[in-house]
Amino acid sequence: MFENKHALIHTFGALADLGQAVTDKNNFQETIKTSLHLISGALAIMRGGVARYSRYAHELNMVAARGLGDDFPLSLTLCFEDERQFLANGLYPIEVREAKALPFFQVYDPSLESTKIELFVPLVIQSEIVGALLLGEKASGLPYSSYDKEIICAMARHIGVAISQRNLLAEIARQSEENRQLYESLRHTYRDTVQAFAAAIDCKDKYTEGHSVRVGKYSEIIATELGWSDEEIEGAAVAGYLHDVGKLTVERKIINAPYRIDAKESAELNKHPAVGFEILTPIHHPYADVPLAAKYHHERLDGRGYPDGLHDSEIPYIAKIVTLADSFDAMTTDRPYKRRRPANEVFEDLQGNSGKQFAPELVTAFFKGILKELAGESKDKKFRKLLGREYMESEGLARVVQSGVNNLAPTSGLTAIAAK
Amino acid sequence: MISLDEVRTDVNVDNEPAIILAGDYLNKITGEKIERECRKYLDQGIRELIVDFSQTEIVNSIGVSILLGVIDSASGAGARVVFSDVNEDTVELFETLGVTKHVTLQN
Repeated sequence: MFENKHALIHTFGALADLGQAVTDKNNFQETIKTSLHLISGALAIMRGGVARYSRYAHELNMVAARGLGDDFPLSLTLCFEDERQFLANGLYPIEVREAKALPFFQVYDPSLESTKIELFVPLVIQSEIVGALLLGEKASGLPYSSYDKEIICAMARHIGVAISQRNLLAEIARQSEENRQLYESLRHTYRDTVQAFAAAIDCKDKYTEGHSVRVGKYSEIIATELGWSDEEIEGAAVAGYLHDVGKLTVERKIINAPYRIDAKESAELNKHPAVGFEILTPIHHPYADVPLAAKYHHERLDGRGYPDGLHDSEIPYIAKIVTLADSFDAMTTDRPYKRRRPANEVFEDLQGNSGKQFAPELVTAFFKGILKELAGESKDKKFRKLLGREYMESEGLARVVQSGVNNLAPTSGLTAIAAK
Repeated sequence: MISLDEVRTDVNVDNEPAIILAGDYLNKITGEKIERECRKYLDQGIRELIVDFSQTEIVNSIGVSILLGVIDSASGAGARVVFSDVNEDTVELFETLGVTKHVTLQN
């Protein structure tokens, strides 16, 4: 029993400080070290340690120690019987000299003896061993009183809760990481599936082989230039990959016709955006706009597109991106009835149709993307891979693209009128 | 007198008692520096450590724990620990806790 008020205040001060220390979730090691100081200082205990229990390894691993020396084991193994007894004992301090029957105290007797460990406190929280306290002799040389043990018990509970919380956080972090990896894996699977699907769409048209994949990649370039997040960029790419999915229902002879198709065939072909929308809508995509890109990728800012003749602000943004990517690929690849157009002509066409067919800011973004590559500022050479080296080295291309960037209006005229 | 801020590892203190100012930092986890400095002096051959409490109003549990660390290290090295200028309340606390059994008090 404490003999004076100073000692009493000292002990309760330690309890209060411990309560505060264990709420610090930032530095677990520091929290446990502080806890050991507080419990040692509260009762003037010469040496001791705090261990955290690994239920997988059945080991008590020392987190903090004072005065135990370098020879004290850093890990102490518990057998089934030890665990059973400690669980039954709960948080109450065990006198080491009276517990020698337990395997744990027999195995570690030399270490406990040489460091004069007198008390072993299993940290049992919610019927689970989370750690242990090892406490040496008191500075007074007196044995631990029942009052001391009550104080130790209260402080041990605080430390046990801190370890338990840490374990919980570690478990949440582990599960969160597992979920993240699972999500990543699902995303990869989704993207692989989408790419496989795009390849399947392109297979139907022998002259535009790889079209969907290229539109996906051009859409990705535009989204990147717009400064979109990685997820949004991926969404734009997916929208590009799947924009022509509706063509799966169009007869192969119409798609592969080596001539300009007639009005009837054209009407059949023009159903593909709406069909694509129907195919994609029931699928739960990570990116909401994918079906809209399929439906509206033939719309134009001036309202002369199809299927609905929408105007600028009525057209979903993702569809505007895919429209540009789709048209660019159509102009830069050979068709059964038409050779691909020269690079300079294509970029002049894009510039000329900016504000009519294409959103000006997207044309600007696209031009900036190719300019970076022409200037050697981008490492991955996406355009060169898609268009070929010779095409990218067309004479005067950089000048044409630069001129386009300089002359393009920031927004379309139609948008400006709508804004007024 | 050696305060924490002034301590240098290369100070020549041949056989002189090392004087350590306890101050307020004793009561914080950063006070472990006192232990480290004391161990350094003991390694240098110093056999008397004087902990000066003249600027220490109270000693909390962390402070007691750190002082016990100093005592333990000194005991292992066969050195003497002196607590100087300890106020009355703190003396009373040290006596109750049994700390005074391991040190010499000096005013």
